[in-house]
Amino acid sequence: METTLVYDGTFDGFLTCVFMAYEMKLKAVSIVKEKHFQEPMFGNWDLVNTEPDKANRVWAGLKKKMSANELQRFYYAFLSEKPTVENTIYQAILYVFQSKNNVASDFGNVHILQLSKLTKNVSREKHRMEAFVRFKLTKDGIYFANIEPDFNVLPLIKRHFEKRYADQKWLIYDLSRKYGIYYNLESVELISLELDRNFDPSKTSTEFFAPIELEFQQLWQDYFKSTNIKSRKNMKLHIQHVPKRYWKYLSEKQ
Amino acid sequence: MSFQRVQEKLNILADAAKYDVSCSSSGSNRTNKNKGLGDASASGICHTYTEDGRCVSLLKILLTNHCIFDCAYCVTRKSNDIKRAAFKVQEVVDLTMNFYRRNYIEGLFLSSGIFKSADYTMERLVAVAKKLRLEENFNGYIHLKSIPGASDELMREAGLYADRLSVNIEIPTEKGLKLLAPDKNRADFIKPMEKVKNEIIQYKSEKKIIRSTPKYAPAGQSTQMIVGASGENDMQIMYTSNYFYKNFNLKRVYYSGYVPISYDTRLPQIGTPVPMLRENRLYQTDWLLRFYGFNIEEILNEQNQSLDLDIDPKLGWALRNMHEFPVDINKADKRMLARIPGLGMKSVFKILNARRYRQLNWDHLKAIGVAFNRAQYFMVCASNQFEKRDLTPEKIKGLILQNSKSKYTSMLSNQLNLFG
Ligand code: SF4
Repeated sequence: METTLVYDGTFDGFLTCVFMAYEMKLKAVSIVKEKHFQEPMFGNWDLVNTEPDKANRVWAGLKKKMSANELQRFYYAFLSEKPTVENTIYQAILYVFQSKNNVASDFGNVHILQLSKLTKNVSREKHRMEAFVRFKLTKDGIYFANIEPDFNVLPLIKRHFEKRYADQKWLIYDLSRKYGIYYNLESVELISLELDRNFDPSKTSTEFFAPIELEFQQLWQDYFKSTNIKSRKNMKLHIQHVPKRYWKYLSEKQ
Repeated sequence: MSFQRVQEKLNILADAAKYDVSCSSSGSNRTNKNKGLGDASASGICHTYTEDGRCVSLLKILLTNHCIFDCAYCVTRKSNDIKRAAFKVQEVVDLTMNFYRRNYIEGLFLSSGIFKSADYTMERLVAVAKKLRLEENFNGYIHLKSIPGASDELMREAGLYADRLSVNIEIPTEKGLKLLAPDKNRADFIKPMEKVKNEIIQYKSEKKIIRSTPKYAPAGQSTQMIVGASGENDMQIMYTSNYFYKNFNLKRVYYSGYVPISYDTRLPQIGTPVPMLRENRLYQTDWLLRFYGFNIEEILNEQNQSLDLDIDPKLGWALRNMHEFPVDINKADKRMLARIPGLGMKSVFKILNARRYRQLNWDHLKAIGVAFNRAQYFMVCASNQFEKRDLTPEKIKGLILQNSKSKYTSMLSNQLNLFG
């Protein structure tokens, strides 16, 4: 009979479930986030408490079986937040632990292939966010950007921004997941915000932003226009590179 | 910084710089230091794309569009009746810093018309880069144009602050250059290129001994050629390109389809379509040379002086060399795998990886992303379904074009649209 393991939605929580499934020698397992959980008609279910120790043991076990790059795929895929992603990763982990050799790049295995596809999607979104974040200078001197990525990529883009914007305070806020990463000139912290009722993330109102901000946005828009070559216009290619759903962040597309 | 003045200059000087197609910001190893701004080591990001689908990675501007020369193919030429403008050094610095802080760009690509003299111009370009590095602690990407004829001392200094340097050859043959840019000669382009090449070699060898040797143009140098302005065929273009790759260790050669900007009778007239498909075929050839292990003579030679427009150059090569095929996916070496039409280098690596575990059949190959339509005529795998007919190259080409009609016709008709 299938057992459903329910966890808090964190990566550690998920890995704890993997540990439990292994330890309890469960045959058929389904792992779901608490917020998606509905009590099954048949089968058992169990609420798993996140235990970092157990999570770390699973992670260390995986690490021994593959390269750092391959290991990273498991985390990336997890951040896709796709409804059945836990089961895909779980099956891939089983396959890895059951095999003698390193099979993390055996794309002939459906679970490994599926995992690598999810990873590719998440990774593409990560790169898009690194490119499409547009900071706007607030009145109190913070470079602020809001995003609504398809996947939960804030944990993945943190390092990239930390490495390059070392001399300015900045904040990237995920409007749909309601949390952000804030760099205070020393380190990056996770924060959640109480956004002002008047705040419209698609506008640059002088109520919140520095007056000079509007000037630079204007210069950037002008630049975007001037650098275009009309006789080469190719909107199909343009939209393929910058899908319309991202336009709302981009000051040059306003 | 006066907003209005800068705005006007930016419009003029970005517009004049846009014909330089290079916008690459990759290949540097400059990291953030002393908590400054920027990091060029992870660059290569396109922050947006123009409406013509080109990557915008750098703030690409001219320092000035005043020029003492009169190159026929260039909007900035002396005899052209246009608005002229010139940035102050500080204005370029401020724009770069502020655009970078907002995550608009990876850095600056600064070029210029030649005012007064080559050295006078080069000195100003160097001054911008120096200020960004030393006063602003800017670690983003900087690409400077090497001004033809600039002195060795200035080129030496330029490389200390810039990640990349480039001189555009623009016209692939000397004959064409004489006709269209009578003030210029090859030797003037070659001089700064040669200096930069030697400095890079020296930097690399010193670096091995003394770790703290200051960086010198870590992203190397590149050049650009205009395609379709002076009647050269593809063979002339690619042989010139190959010559510069080999002799100056260039990182990249860019090919820029000529955009008609003048009624000069020496040039294609205004309204002539930009040869975008031809440009694309040249880039594909360039990739075959750099990443797929092809020699230029295999693709272009006395018998084949032009690339096919309707099929890609790798497929063209395969059709002329049917005796090399079919290739066995499960046995062939990397070199031959890379030569199968429809297989990119990524697929090649995936195949090499995956076949360690099992014999690959069509399903595996499809999952890996092999372009079945082209590849099927040139390969066999662990399946007894393969092309058994003895097809002529013409027949194969016909079948492939038939099945990929939408893609090719849209590209070809894209060209035609431009007549309208
Ligand atoms: S020297 Fe350069 S800027 Fe001046 S006309 Fe010739 S190509 Fe244009």
